[in-house]
Amino acid sequence: MGKINVKLISGRTLDQGSTLENKMSKEFVDAAAICEVNQKNLGTLGVSEGDNVEVKTDFGEAVVCVRVNNGNPDSIAFVPMGPWANAVTGSDSGGVGMPIYKGIDSEVSSTDKSVLGVKELMGAI
Amino acid sequence: MSAENRIITDVVCPFCGSLCDDLEVETDGTKIVKVKKACKLGKSKIMGHERIESPLIREDGKLREATYEEAIERASQILSNSKRPLSYGWASTVCEAIEKGVHLLEEIGGVMDSTASVCHGPTVLAVQGVGAPGCTLGEVKNRADLVIFWGSNPVHAHPRHQARYSYNAKGFFSGGKEDRTLMVFDVRKTKTADKADEYVQIEPGSDYKIFSAMRTILSGNEDVVPSEVGGISKEKLIEIVDRMKKAKFGVIFGGLGLTQSRCRYKNLENVISLVDEINEHAKFTLIPMRGHYNIAGFGQVCAWETGYPFAVDFSRGYVWYNPGETTAVDVLNRKECDSFLVVAADPASNFPKGSVEHMKDIPVIQVDPYHNPTTEFADVVIPAAVAGVEAEGTAYRMDGIPLRVRKLVDVKYPSDEEIFDKMLTKVKELKGA
Ligand code: SF4
Repeated sequence: MGKINVKLISGRTLDQGSTLENKMSKEFVDAAAICEVNQKNLGTLGVSEGDNVEVKTDFGEAVVCVRVNNGNPDSIAFVPMGPWANAVTGSDSGGVGMPIYKGIDSEVSSTDKSVLGVKELMGAI
Repeated sequence: MSAENRIITDVVCPFCGSLCDDLEVETDGTKIVKVKKACKLGKSKIMGHERIESPLIREDGKLREATYEEAIERASQILSNSKRPLSYGWASTVCEAIEKGVHLLEEIGGVMDSTASVCHGPTVLAVQGVGAPGCTLGEVKNRADLVIFWGSNPVHAHPRHQARYSYNAKGFFSGGKEDRTLMVFDVRKTKTADKADEYVQIEPGSDYKIFSAMRTILSGNEDVVPSEVGGISKEKLIEIVDRMKKAKFGVIFGGLGLTQSRCRYKNLENVISLVDEINEHAKFTLIPMRGHYNIAGFGQVCAWETGYPFAVDFSRGYVWYNPGETTAVDVLNRKECDSFLVVAADPASNFPKGSVEHMKDIPVIQVDPYHNPTTEFADVVIPAAVAGVEAEGTAYRMDGIPLRVRKLVDVKYPSDEEIFDKMLTKVKELKGA
């Protein structure tokens, strides 16, 4: 089972942004329950684009679908902002109200588990 | 186009802080049928999708339909019986509704925070610390010859920003991208970076030390700068500082890459100081890439009503402002609030899981046009008209310019302003009783 250790970055994407007022839709899951890594990391993970991977941090874990983005250096994985990214984001606000949403130490690994839908994800909280 | 169809021009887009004001919307008299000139984000928002049809109240674990009167009464009871109510959101609605919200929170002695606290709140803190450089986007369009996106990716988050205001825009003294240099600083090569004349890749969490190194070079002390800082060689840093000094009019558009990473508001303090110091050599400015279309408006209204721009606590009978204590994430983390009013926002999606946990244990009131993950926790749901599409009002662009967003179609839903007007009256009635 392949795994990589990366800094996790979350942020806006066009697909996530255009479905954010429609978060109970399948389109939102397709847009936000994803993890982008570069081709080399995809090889290390031993998975193909569209397979599921598990993202684990000190704060939690989330299963998302892997996509290729060669703009990411080897040290970075990107998950669009949303409940899947937030399942692995710490809540400490550094005394200023802002959690660290970008630059979280994470382990990404291949998995047989499936991606949770929005309702299941909320139910798991 | 049929005879009843109407084209509305110069529509202001209520999605992102760019507030593009040149859209064309076609209606068939009852609904919107076409949106022209908007990007994918703006178009999807204006076209809309399935709504929460009626107010809802949770009973025996299930949401059931209710009337507006019943839902507003229930929400008002919850809020007036709470010891420590918290409210959050308010960025995707208009200033008139925000003003009512401030009065409501003052009346119930609650804590009021906006989405800024997990967005550009750190920028606001830095501005309070070291001041605000700034200009309008019109100045950028007309004059800028060096455009820098630092930790921001407008191709995805503000798709028309470059064409309307910054890189490609043709202005009085600039013919467009031929007259400008585009630099992008980011930890990964984004779509915006793909278009840049120069992309500089930096190491995650190293923005603060890069700004410090640039300031050191700028002050003539490059001998103490190490050979590499945050993934950038010293030679490159010297070249970048030199390029910035030579700009006729330079602008840094700062993004969440600065606010949501290590050092948070300190990154902004440092880059604002850098901009300040470069002004000894060149005209330079900084504009935060505000996300939600009226998050800047929340800051304005909250500041003129309370003296502070977000995270205000009315529980003492006077306004208390202490981000880190009075910010929504922190109030939830401490499990301190005993009710939660969410307005035009989705904390269940946008807050870390650990902060969302407390939402299970307290009554949650949601005022929003759409069902979203926060609805899963809501005990009272009040569907509202979409501000800027179905209700008019004032919004502030990312550069602080107020624009009037419009009502494009008539709908059965009340506006946020009407909902909070009624809630405020009800709360006063209940408290008086
Ligand atoms: S760039 Fe922003 S304001 Fe302009 S159309 Fe797109 S979403 Fe709307």
